[in-house]
Amino acid sequence: MATALKQEEPNSPNSDGAENVVVRFAGDSGDGMQLTGGQFTLSTALAGSDLATFPDFPAEIRAPQGTLFGVSAFQINFGSRAIETAGDQPDVLIAMNPAALKTNVEALRPGGLIIADSGEFGKRNLDKAKYENNPLEDGSLAKWQLLKLDISALTLEAVKPFGLGNKEALRCKNMWTLGLALWMFERDREPIIDWLKGKFAKLPDVAEANIAALNAGHAYGETAELSGEGLGSGHLTTRKVGAAPSAPGKYRTVTGAESLSLGLVAGAQLADLPMFFGGYPITPASAILHHLSRLKEFGVTTFQAEDEIAAIAAAIGASYAGKLGITSSSGPGIALKGEAIGLAIMTELPLVIVNSQRGGPSTGLPTKTEQSDLYQAVYGRNGDAPMPVIAARSPSDAFECAIEAVRIAVQYMTPVMLLTDGYIANAAEPWKIPDVSGLEPFPTTFLETMPADGLKPYARDGKLARPWIKPGTPELMHRIGGIEKGVDTGHIDYGAANHQKMTEIRRDKVLGVADSIPDQDVALGNTSGKLAVVGWGSTFGPIHQAVRRAVEAGKDVAHIHIRNIWPMPKNLGDLLKGYDRVIVPEMNTGQLKTVLRDLYLVDAKPVNKVSGQPFTIAEIEAAIEENLS
Amino acid sequence: MNEMTKITTTLKDWETDQEVRWCPGCGDYAILKAVQRTMPDLGADPSKTVFVSGIGCSSRFPYYMETYGFHTIHGRAPAVATGVKLANPELDVWIITGDGDALSIGGNHTMHLLRRNLDCQVMLFNNEIYGLTKGQYSPTSRQGTQSPSTPYGSVDRPASPCAFALGAGARFVARGIDVHKGLPDVLKAAHAHKGTSFIEIFQNCIVYNKDVFEEFAAKKTAADTQLHLVDGEPMLFGKGTKGITLNRKTLQLEVVDVVDGDWEAADVIVHDVTNRSVAHMLIEMQFGEFPMALGVLYDDPRPTFEAAVVAQNEAASAGKKPDLQALLSKGQTWTVAEGGPEL
Repeated sequence: MATALKQEEPNSPNSDGAENVVVRFAGDSGDGMQLTGGQFTLSTALAGSDLATFPDFPAEIRAPQGTLFGVSAFQINFGSRAIETAGDQPDVLIAMNPAALKTNVEALRPGGLIIADSGEFGKRNLDKAKYENNPLEDGSLAKWQLLKLDISALTLEAVKPFGLGNKEALRCKNMWTLGLALWMFERDREPIIDWLKGKFAKLPDVAEANIAALNAGHAYGETAELSGEGLGSGHLTTRKVGAAPSAPGKYRTVTGAESLSLGLVAGAQLADLPMFFGGYPITPASAILHHLSRLKEFGVTTFQAEDEIAAIAAAIGASYAGKLGITSSSGPGIALKGEAIGLAIMTELPLVIVNSQRGGPSTGLPTKTEQSDLYQAVYGRNGDAPMPVIAARSPSDAFECAIEAVRIAVQYMTPVMLLTDGYIANAAEPWKIPDVSGLEPFPTTFLETMPADGLKPYARDGKLARPWIKPGTPELMHRIGGIEKGVDTGHIDYGAANHQKMTEIRRDKVLGVADSIPDQDVALGNTSGKLAVVGWGSTFGPIHQAVRRAVEAGKDVAHIHIRNIWPMPKNLGDLLKGYDRVIVPEMNTGQLKTVLRDLYLVDAKPVNKVSGQPFTIAEIEAAIEENLS
Repeated sequence: MNEMTKITTTLKDWETDQEVRWCPGCGDYAILKAVQRTMPDLGADPSKTVFVSGIGCSSRFPYYMETYGFHTIHGRAPAVATGVKLANPELDVWIITGDGDALSIGGNHTMHLLRRNLDCQVMLFNNEIYGLTKGQYSPTSRQGTQSPSTPYGSVDRPASPCAFALGAGARFVARGIDVHKGLPDVLKAAHAHKGTSFIEIFQNCIVYNKDVFEEFAAKKTAADTQLHLVDGEPMLFGKGTKGITLNRKTLQLEVVDVVDGDWEAADVIVHDVTNRSVAHMLIEMQFGEFPMALGVLYDDPRPTFEAAVVAQNEAASAGKKPDLQALLSKGQTWTVAEGGPEL
């Protein structure tokens, strides 16, 4: 921002002219901040900037109005350079009420701009936010620039001609605010207007009122800038953030839940299988069920089951009957599915289990992010129950990971767990739309005729996978189940030697998945040296940026990002041993660290954060610094 | 079940080479034979037949049927069967379960299976005990049942499987006895019904709950203790000397004497399998005061779950091409041109 205060601007243009801005919209959970953020994201993407977002909302749908725990925020980091995190510190905070200000202002960088709706700073709201004095008036916000706008009154004025009730009229506040934000960053209003017309196609008055509010917010910016009106310590000016360099092609924005759903559809097509998706509502996994429910023309059957167990059990039944069974949940739901996952392992049926991780244990932090289900994914079942595990690192990566999960499931006749998290599920980023013709098919083969040496439902192919035989196939009737199977025959067999053998086959089959995955690469830095920062999942962004800064500063640091959590790439152990030190930043208390230590006897050191918030780049930089000294 | 081409088979075609591992004298043997004997009469095709079971003595059943079979986990057979049937509605699905499996650990799934009305047959082997875990009382055990876990007698009231089924929305409810010669007819009626057919089979656990149904199952006294329901026939028992009537003042069923076979004079009710209210009353009849109602208590089909799912999938897909590239490119997009800013 061009601002009055210049003393500290970490996000100002680099020497190469690239720059980025972090904006946070914060308001009551009924204020429509997620919607505002989503539309601002779209506008940013259309302007060609790279971006990353962080929606941060409470578990309550409509928490009591004006309360501190009812604040919903949406942060976006966008710029003319590659953006990999939602930004450590906002440059601009838009606060729709006192509670939103109080819960978010400390994150704002010193010198950053606060735009506050002064119309909401009455005594009642100040009390609810536990402010003794009005912070807009008492000088307590002096280290930031402050713009006080009575957004409520300005919105009411703007929508007056449409005859909405006071409550409905005030609902347009978010569009007024969005209009102002669009003006600030020199954005086109048309896509948002089109979207509003579509969204309120059946309520033209509401559509027009929202458009009027949007236009009014935009016009306000122009007028205020021209008049140089003093409304506080800040000034309204515009700032254009340019397009980020990106590979040629067609782009759109996706959230992790969208791209993961699309990846599952693509995976099913590549496997030449119809999909059966069993789900049960749970935050933050439900979005996948919602997306897939609308894609029936892709051979997708969705089933909202009576509980988590039924959701996976039905998916297993569907896989048994020859469809691609998929289920999805979050940690607590995955716990419920545990026994059924064991059944899929024992009966050796393909299945994809998506875990959108959230803060735990138990109900934990339903809307906050964490990556603390790695133990659950790798170890969390009774018996020796090996299962491949893959983790997505970002919304766009989730697409590829979903395809990979389907491939492993059908080629190895095994359940596969696909880990994502609340951050990836909800966050949006630009996505270069893949060319479908470039995706390699892996068509499924079913056993459909009696083999020359008779039917052996547990015979093995080169990957140690057993044949997939659909009920309905003539002559190949057989029985499967959760009781230990005889080698080859699949008949019930409790024999000691047989159990030993079958346990080893199940283990070796899953370990053999490592033959079909790429060697571990180094995302950034040298393939040996002083320090490796090893991560998985959604910590990719902050780790990558922190390592980039360290490498640019001439430090001997490398970033290794592991996608295949189980089995791990075959060269990983040797690779890790090439570094003097290994640190593992994770949003848990050290779960990948434990697995690495166990598998490779490396002295991996944990760097942990379990606050329900993603790592900041600065936190990883500090850990790098500490481990290099 | 579905309309399917009738196949000619014999009882032998439905037997597997697996050694049957139930206790000698167990009622399960009789049920297995009844099913194997019924399948050829149904013209069923073994390769299109799937037996899905949960956990318990009864749930070993699929291993002994030369069909497709899935011995799943405790209580979850209805959920697995739902996936099987939704994936391939052509399959003829049978669920084998017990009182603990279906009404305790799997009660939730049983309820939802019934309300959804998946087209399948549910055979609930009720022996009022947990057999495979060595004799603990079950959700259908009568109050006071002494067992290893209730040495002083169970204190909780039992569930009534058929009342549960009807309450959950079942459109077909029947009762049979393991060794009863009428069981195949009940199975045939269940198979003919489109939708979830719920059959409670009184099954004698000779080790842990021997002869618990003897009061009404014993052949010697059956004429007086069993009411065999036939659609369109009067509700008579005791060799035609007794019948069931409705007391129009109390709106309760009553036993009446039938003199000289004139059941109409005694106002005996004619069984109408589509009468849901009477089905409730027949299920609730307390044994002792009343005989045990057996046979098809209720049969009034409604559209099935899988048919509705298939219809909706088809309707929603009509006229839409499954174009993956177009799907990926949905929504607002923008293009970065060749020669634009480089990476």
